[in-house]
Amino acid sequence: MNAKGTAYKYGDNVDTDVIIPARYLAIQDKDELAGHCMEDIDKDFVKKINKGDILVAGKNFGCGSSREHAPLVIKVSGISCVIAETFARIFFRNAINIGLPIIECPEASENIEDGNEVEVDFDKGIIYNLTKKEEYKGQPFPEFMQKIIKAEGLVNYINEES
Amino acid sequence: MNRPMTMTQKILAEHASLPYVEAGQLIEAKLDLVLGNDITTPVAIREMDKMKKKGVFDKDKIALVMDHFIPNKDIKSAENCKSVREFACEHCITNYYDVGEMGIEHALLPEKGLTVAGDAIIGADSHTCTYGALGAFSTGVGSTDMAAGMATGKAWFKVPSAIKFNLTGTPSKWISGKDVILHIIGMIGVDGALYRSMEFTGDGIKHLSMDDRFTIANMAIEAGGKNGIFPVDDLTIEYMKAHSSRPYKIFSADEDAEYDEEYTIDLSSLKPTVAFPHLPENTKTIDEIKEPVRIDQAVIGSCTNGRLDDLRIAASVLKGKKVKKGVRCIIIPATQAIYLKAMEEGLLKIFIEAGAVVSTPTCGPCLGGYMGILAAGERCISTTNRNFVGRMGHTESEVYLASPAVAAMSAVNGYISCPE
Repeated sequence: MNAKGTAYKYGDNVDTDVIIPARYLAIQDKDELAGHCMEDIDKDFVKKINKGDILVAGKNFGCGSSREHAPLVIKVSGISCVIAETFARIFFRNAINIGLPIIECPEASENIEDGNEVEVDFDKGIIYNLTKKEEYKGQPFPEFMQKIIKAEGLVNYINEES
Repeated sequence: MNRPMTMTQKILAEHASLPYVEAGQLIEAKLDLVLGNDITTPVAIREMDKMKKKGVFDKDKIALVMDHFIPNKDIKSAENCKSVREFACEHCITNYYDVGEMGIEHALLPEKGLTVAGDAIIGADSHTCTYGALGAFSTGVGSTDMAAGMATGKAWFKVPSAIKFNLTGTPSKWISGKDVILHIIGMIGVDGALYRSMEFTGDGIKHLSMDDRFTIANMAIEAGGKNGIFPVDDLTIEYMKAHSSRPYKIFSADEDAEYDEEYTIDLSSLKPTVAFPHLPENTKTIDEIKEPVRIDQAVIGSCTNGRLDDLRIAASVLKGKKVKKGVRCIIIPATQAIYLKAMEEGLLKIFIEAGAVVSTPTCGPCLGGYMGILAAGERCISTTNRNFVGRMGHTESEVYLASPAVAAMSAVNGYISCPE
């Protein structure tokens, strides 16, 4: 499995309130929700990204609330992968459980710049910066989590196991 | 072979039916309680609909608390609550709490006796870590984990390593649990405990009320922690006996358990602490604030500080005083029982005479839902738990986190201040 696209870069501690503000949490329609993705940190986010693009951030991405709406709006908005130095733990679980590919890689987080073309090989855990002609080794997932990701989420995984 | 474990690891081992677990190990644990609210449960219900396995694992071990946007703030939130109400009815969920019985979930569940020492609990709300105050393992998850938990009664966990916080000394009069946890978050940062347990220990704990301990465990997530946990002492046992008929089990960390880091905090040295925008780690002690920080609003309530002790402290500050003209002071008792007790003790009269408003229990303003939204340029001193950009309203508004004593005094003076 690979992801490829333009990188959009943000800083440390991007919280779930700026990813999807609580004033929209009563909305149940996924596409309507995704229209507000990252609105409070970058008003133009939804307009500027294309399907397949990659979100890059610093440490503790997705800190704050347990709202699964946060990884969901990122996935539905078309982002193919989030690369960060570290993820907040509930966001990390939620992303895996709903099938949003994420990868922890301090080196990629530091060196990828806004607008770089980036490709991620999930099987090898390698991130290629096509613009800067660099590659970075990400943290591979344990086998159990890889199974959930391959099943595209926890519900499918449980259905397959039962 | 001696294989020591932390308190959290012992609870997880018990629930995974394993003699021993170690940090980093992936386990599947049996759950004593699965919690959801009116924002996260509708999403979990949709996920459950996609599962082959139908029904819930145990109708008595699920708690559904309508608290974030209720009494409903708009049509969409009303529809969300309706979907949960119908689900609770269809599956005969014993612990379903709606208007009239509801309270803010993390104040309500211990009060109802649904959480006791030794439990393993997940909740689709990040502040589920609150029940660690009772010596339980409890942690926040998302809606899909909640759905899987409701269906199977189990959840997967990566066994955490831990940081030990040794609390010593006696706190001075105006120092509360909020000051302790803000001090800790200021010291280690908002990701200082990422993926790890925060285990509190030491003889200073005996000076902390249960409400103080709930506040401290509640904000473990604001340091990135997986859970926060307190040892069980006489006060914990007294609290559980008063509120619950469920059997509890006391676990304690092995003397030689391994910790990633250890900190000693002398409670007698702490000063009232305020977290400045826009992260809970941006803390200053009250005497470090040199320029007056004028406020437009004060909020006293939430799962962090809406308990009886908090209201008593706020009332002791507000008694006979007036909220500064131009400041809105909003007080929200966290549960119906707390509300009633506050009425019986005359606290509500003190609040209303001071010019504050008192609301029915709700999470409301804490997450910028309703009941106290801020306009651009406005500032709020709040006893809640987060001060992120736009948390309580406009992205150009500001939230300052503090204890009930500081919030109440600031409401009177119109700028951030502490009772002498």
